[in-house]
Amino acid sequence: MLVSILHRVSGDGMAVAGLAVLLWWLGALASGPEAYATFQGWMWADLSALTWSGAEIFYSIIKIILKIVVIGLSWAFFNHLCSGLRHFVLDLGAGYELGANKMWSIASPIIAILLTAGFWAAILYL
Amino acid sequence: MGNGTSLGKVRGLGSSHEGAHHWLVQRFTAIGNVVLTIWLVASILMLPDMSYGTWSAYLSGAVPATAMVLLIICVFWHAHHGLQVLIEDYVHTAGNKFATLALLNLAAIGGAAAGIFFVVRIVMTAQGDAAAEGALAELQNSMGAR
Repeated sequence: MLVSILHRVSGDGMAVAGLAVLLWWLGALASGPEAYATFQGWMWADLSALTWSGAEIFYSIIKIILKIVVIGLSWAFFNHLCSGLRHFVLDLGAGYELGANKMWSIASPIIAILLTAGFWAAILYL
Repeated sequence: MGNGTSLGKVRGLGSSHEGAHHWLVQRFTAIGNVVLTIWLVASILMLPDMSYGTWSAYLSGAVPATAMVLLIICVFWHAHHGLQVLIEDYVHTAGNKFATLALLNLAAIGGAAAGIFFVVRIVMTAQGDAAAEGALAELQNSMGAR
């Protein structure tokens, strides 16, 4: 039940927010260094350099939300990948035994969280 | 044909004659997505940074550019089918359902077309830069020779 809900949430979340970010990223790459700097300034803002006065407060809040969106999209990717691979196995007609089914329904979201953590660890520390 | 249970309402109507194709395409594109998105994630991890220079140079290569175009087609197709199922599950009024599905088709096809155009432009910008550099070097050579 939970795996099914998470599969749909992560999939449709990526379909809406993920593809929008993908298109903005590619569009910025296609438009040149200035457009790319704008993209990076919003989607991957330096949180230690945010300003908190006047209208800037509004922009700073959006930049924090966008950082959560990016991290959330990385989780959505790994979650959808894991539960999707589980679906492939179930489509083959395998893995319906109660024990095996329960085990992988618990394992797939946990593996997804571990992969997400590993992905960011690799980006930040490698 | 009964009018009681959900099964009773559809019993005797025969096959809907559609649905299997949608189901299969969702799987075919899922297989493509596994390969192509793992390529993209591996590229993000293995390239030195996320800068404009690194990625515009990388994506202007023949293989990465082709992979990105394939990724756009495969992912948008898969996302279209996923959102279609979401709409069919939650939007029941005939008019609203038609309108949201029409909007989804426009967004998915338009988005994919834009993405492919962006990749083409990234490749052509890189080639234009290389050609300009070549012409500049040639000009400098000819001026130096004089």
